[in-house]
Amino acid sequence: MEDIKNVQQKGISIKLENLTKIFYDKKGGKDTKAVDRFDVVIPSGKLVGLLGPSGCGKSTTLFMIAGLLEPTEGKIFFGDEDVTKLSPEKRGIGLVFQNYALYPHLTVRQNIMFPLENLKIPKEEATKMTEQMAALVGIAELLDRKPAQLSGGQQQRVAIARALVKKPRVLLLDEPLSNLDARLRLQTREEIKRIQKETGITTIFVTHDQEEAMSISDEIVVMNFGVEQQKGYPQDVYDQPKNLFVAKFLGTPPIGVFNGYTKGSDLFIGEEKILSDEKLKDHQGEVQVGIRPEGYIANTKGSFEVPYTFIESVGRDISLVSSHPECNAASFRIILADKTVITPQTMKFDIRKDKCYVFNKQTGERVL
Amino acid sequence: MLEKKKDYHAWLYLIIPLVLLSIFTFFPLIKTIIISFDNGYNKWQDAFSFRFSFDSYIAIFQYPPFLQTLKNTLLIVFISVPLSTVLALLIAVGLNSIKPFQKVFQTVFFLPYVTNSIAIGMVFAVLFNLHTGLVNGVLEIFGIDKINWINRNDGFFQGSYFRKMFVLQAYILWDALAFKILVFIGGLQNISKQYYDAAKIDSTPKKRVLMRITVPLLSPLIAYIMITSFIGAFKTYDSVVGIFGNNWEMTKDIQTVVGFVYQMLRADSINSYSYGAAAAVVLFLIILLFTGINLWVSKKRVHY
Repeated sequence: MEDIKNVQQKGISIKLENLTKIFYDKKGGKDTKAVDRFDVVIPSGKLVGLLGPSGCGKSTTLFMIAGLLEPTEGKIFFGDEDVTKLSPEKRGIGLVFQNYALYPHLTVRQNIMFPLENLKIPKEEATKMTEQMAALVGIAELLDRKPAQLSGGQQQRVAIARALVKKPRVLLLDEPLSNLDARLRLQTREEIKRIQKETGITTIFVTHDQEEAMSISDEIVVMNFGVEQQKGYPQDVYDQPKNLFVAKFLGTPPIGVFNGYTKGSDLFIGEEKILSDEKLKDHQGEVQVGIRPEGYIANTKGSFEVPYTFIESVGRDISLVSSHPECNAASFRIILADKTVITPQTMKFDIRKDKCYVFNKQTGERVL
Repeated sequence: MLEKKKDYHAWLYLIIPLVLLSIFTFFPLIKTIIISFDNGYNKWQDAFSFRFSFDSYIAIFQYPPFLQTLKNTLLIVFISVPLSTVLALLIAVGLNSIKPFQKVFQTVFFLPYVTNSIAIGMVFAVLFNLHTGLVNGVLEIFGIDKINWINRNDGFFQGSYFRKMFVLQAYILWDALAFKILVFIGGLQNISKQYYDAAKIDSTPKKRVLMRITVPLLSPLIAYIMITSFIGAFKTYDSVVGIFGNNWEMTKDIQTVVGFVYQMLRADSINSYSYGAAAAVVLFLIILLFTGINLWVSKKRVHY
């Protein structure tokens, strides 16, 4: 255990190489490939969000990094060290579970001290470390309470303190905010960001909430069907989605997707010409067109005519709930900053080229 | 108003159990207490003298066979209950952690529970037989002389008190394990796996996981098991009969308080009912006392 205690906390990167996890169905049914040849490098000292819909393999990936699940194939490196075969306790990780898994019969202090006692750290030092950690996560005054006497947010901080107190090399968070209410979620995600910055520990967290991932991550990795879809800075991934899945998964309200086609360098939705670009010449025929809600500019002479059903006023913005015969969904939303431009029932728009993406109809790959 | 109207319904439903309880529980209970304090109760005519006295109590506490059964009962309670609880817990934890044949082992350990105690007792009597018993057979392999455990000879048991008590305790232990293991396995499977994952990541040694996580999380169940099995052990009777038979003269050195009470019911002397009633009340008070202590301790020790 000595090596864990002495390991420096900052500057460990994580590399997943060809990581694969197959859950074999013992009753002869279909095997499930939860994670499929997943390759990713997580830079040291960064907060990285693993993002994807339920069942996309993100939690499985996290548990493999933790060592609670054994990969079917592939390798996991912490820095240069291959930890694939290492048992969880030798990896030097802190893990915060989705429902925190605080020991209900122990006080907050005993919960946080639990890992230190396992490492046989002298009582005085352990007490000191516990109190420091409690102060860092802001629960110093709650040390003698039992978990059941704490709110969800407080329990979460205790769980983070327990994970961090043994100075792990890596902090893993499984859906850290999903059990909190909306307001607390906002507060806690800032808190996680702050704690991560102060300790400088490499942190991976798993979430299905794209807003959560975008707001606190230094980098995000979008996953689906056990495969990495895209990785990068949150804003880059949002602005330049590689494929239709990523475009649809990121952003609230979600992107509107339309059936369109290209003719020469022009892009059409129905009869209406949306925009033109030389690059489209290589992809003649049917395409899928994604337009971000903020990609519409009201213009009475605009080319794209949209009927709308009602106006939603959500605090700062106004969003039009609209429908279009070529749209893939029953409705899509258009966000407008200015109420005065709205005309009754139908409106005409120009489309911002940087908010409009064209995808291959078959593969979903980005074309423009 | 509406609720008031329905009051008699509840009483109507309660009548049958109340009548049955009154006839078979409350009436005998009260009569037993009265008999035990009645000086000169005539069991042939069922006649009370209505003179209050402690004579029956004083008498049984000066009567060696009763003191012997009291000692036996206490030995059974204080050896078999803690031992079987700890063993059941360890076996349950073990069973819960193995994957192959888990159900088979669970069934094997549960078999005594569905088997009649008298039948198990007879099996034990065979196992510990002097000449043909399996236990002596195994001992012989290791070059140990045959031990006369519980052998009958001329109608009397030849085995020493210690050996008989050993066989009896082994029997009670085995008999008691089944239900406890079942309850503990149920409890263990209710503990969220995440606690163990968390403990694993924090490199918690196995022994510490058991003592600091499993046992405290099971503590309500452990308390329940302790209380019910203390009460059960105080009432031990059938296991003695199962192994040693029910001839009082032959078994009185190994009998329990309940056995004594039963013997007093069958005995010829005129005041045997009074002694039996007094012994029953003494047993009742002891059980009451220990259940009280148990509840008090578990309030302090049970974690939630």
